[in-house]
Amino acid sequence: MIIRAHILVCGGTGCVASKSNEIMAQFEKHALANGIEKEIKVVKTGCFGLCEKGPIVVIYPEGATYSKVSPDDVKEIVEEHLLKGRIVKRLLLGDAEAQDVARSLDNVGFFSRQLRIALRNCGVINPEVIDEYIARDGYAALAKVLTKMTPQEVIAEMKKSGLRGRGGAGFPTGMKWEFAAVQKADQKYVCCNADEGDPGAFMDRSVLEGDPHSVIEAMAIAGYAIGSNQGYVYVRAEYPIAVQRLRLAMDQAREYGLLGRNILETGFDFDLEIRLGAGAFVCGEETALMTSIEGKRGEPRPRPPFPAVKGLWDKPTILNNVETYANVPVIFNKGAEWFASIGTEKSKGTKVFAVGGKINNTGLVEIPMGTPLREVIYDIGGGIPNGKKFKAVQTGGPSGGCIPMEHIDIPIEYESLVAIGSMMGSGGMIVMDEDNCMVDIAKFFLEFTVDESCGKCPPCRIGTKRMHEILERITQGKGELADLEKLETLANSIKQSALCGLGQTAPNPVLSTLRYFREEYLAHVVDKKCPAGVCKSMMTYTIIADKCKGCSLCAKKCPTSAISGEIKKPYLIDQSKCIKCGVCMDSCKFAAITNR
Amino acid sequence: MGCSCCGTDKMAQELDRIIAKHKDTRGGLIPVLHEAQELYGYLPMSVQKQVAEGLGVALADVYGVVTFYTQFSLNPKGKYKVSVCLGTACYVKGSGPIFDKISSILKIKNGECTPDMTFSLDACRCIGACGLAPVIMVNEDVYGRLTVDEIPAILDKYRKMEAGIA
Repeated sequence: MIIRAHILVCGGTGCVASKSNEIMAQFEKHALANGIEKEIKVVKTGCFGLCEKGPIVVIYPEGATYSKVSPDDVKEIVEEHLLKGRIVKRLLLGDAEAQDVARSLDNVGFFSRQLRIALRNCGVINPEVIDEYIARDGYAALAKVLTKMTPQEVIAEMKKSGLRGRGGAGFPTGMKWEFAAVQKADQKYVCCNADEGDPGAFMDRSVLEGDPHSVIEAMAIAGYAIGSNQGYVYVRAEYPIAVQRLRLAMDQAREYGLLGRNILETGFDFDLEIRLGAGAFVCGEETALMTSIEGKRGEPRPRPPFPAVKGLWDKPTILNNVETYANVPVIFNKGAEWFASIGTEKSKGTKVFAVGGKINNTGLVEIPMGTPLREVIYDIGGGIPNGKKFKAVQTGGPSGGCIPMEHIDIPIEYESLVAIGSMMGSGGMIVMDEDNCMVDIAKFFLEFTVDESCGKCPPCRIGTKRMHEILERITQGKGELADLEKLETLANSIKQSALCGLGQTAPNPVLSTLRYFREEYLAHVVDKKCPAGVCKSMMTYTIIADKCKGCSLCAKKCPTSAISGEIKKPYLIDQSKCIKCGVCMDSCKFAAITNR
Repeated sequence: MGCSCCGTDKMAQELDRIIAKHKDTRGGLIPVLHEAQELYGYLPMSVQKQVAEGLGVALADVYGVVTFYTQFSLNPKGKYKVSVCLGTACYVKGSGPIFDKISSILKIKNGECTPDMTFSLDACRCIGACGLAPVIMVNEDVYGRLTVDEIPAILDKYRKMEAGIA
């Protein structure tokens, strides 16, 4: 029997957390109950990107995109859509309901401005079936490289494409490969950095979950180019689904002769091993990552020698991140010129961002380089929820900076972001609104780096700690004007003297917030006020007399008996007794207590 | 699952098997520790000693690696492991107060376990479910788009499950 409907269900971590596995089981169950189990096919795909509206279910051939589907909705979808051909409008994504039509994904505002290269197969194929990858030109690039190109030609093509590392600093990938290729050694290694430690970034996880073969294929190509037969994928242990799918994909590739000995009978050997990270942010730094693969404490070491000369076990090694690798097969299938035609002069191709925080469409977005930041936040991201005002967007995670409204029209490129004090980073993009305190955010990132500093070099180990103490003082209302200067001096000396990328970039969140939100720091230091109402010790809890019904609940809950009054009349808070615990505000049923 | 703090002979044998499996792998220490922790739930000194002897490395090296990586724990975990995501996306959406609430209800701090071994609390970095921020996990169950008010009910659910079993 011909399969007349394909039901694609998102199997990414976010949607699995919202029960997408149960949704798939329900589809099978109700299809069986209605006797159409042979006419339909349920496909578990990778991340569609629109995590905010998850779990996502797409039904082809109509291309109807259902959002926020719950397992209880499945019966209706099967009986209405699959049996009777009537689309379940109440579950359709976006404004499709109003327009009375089913819309394919490409027409939804969130997707129409995107260009999916690295994510080309995410949400399209079943990542657990190698044939689906092959049907989408999978392993064609590897075959072409192995049979028609010399390693030198591969590297020349990579250089021509202009692809730069997607993990942070943006080093040209082809050049990196060339450095390792010219080394003479009995053994070389190809490594993949899938230790996505930047909090709020999950694009690498989505690629591994949604399209693991693209990484395997690219690593084999890299192995051929530099003369290596062994690769390692270093993955976070916190990504169990990604690890499991990658393992499965490796087994399938070996079975098909696309990994292991004598690949495609060309005489080229290349195999992969997975190494699990164990929760250390510093292991995202290349030398630290390699030390960790060696089974040691993941501490970085000075460069030079660079890994291309002396890397893993002192052998020439290249390391690229997941998203970088995901771009590689496409470059060989479509040509370096095609790839280089996308993006800007110095930043070619696309970049995937994990957009999160105070934004309507949380999710994964892949855009051509050079796209204005505003477009990502407003046109794709759908703007700020609850009518709040945009304050800043943070890119580059703990190594990056906050970008204020005045720079929102900046084109997204490696150089332009660095020029305004942030960086591309791995692609986390966290939006903040007027309710977020920028001093608190700077403190949050410093807390992170203090926690994650490996302790090897003093500027990072001691310097970030001192910066954090100053920020702590400021948020507690004990800061002085001189503290701001101290922060800047410390920040600049840490940047210059730290051993590795973690320390050298750790002060960035502080420097960029000082640069663009100095008035907020001043409010904390001079007026002893937190304008956003976040820093606890600077809050004053007061009862709004108009709203207070005099129920006495807050007075009963107050641990220091700071609230008094008469029943049915507005209550009062004695500021000298108040410890600012916030219990009164949490307990008030009439929103009559404010802390600003 | 009985008390596993001291381990059993059977577990020790299993650990030997794990060690033997990775003995010849270059850089095999971390994979061994991952599997050992899966077996015991944490990595007490006795386990670290056995690993050091089995792999022929110094105990100091094993201890150094265990204490370097946050995934490895020297303390036992509760039956219900509560992890609060303090990644950036969750943090800006208020996971800080959620963490404080859980901490005050359970009366334990980050990394600690309740005296009855029922709950342990950990602040974790991004679990990648940013679309559901703020997020907490109780063992494998994910709770997303949370507010502070929903916390007591979630913890109660596990307390009741515990009472039901007992």
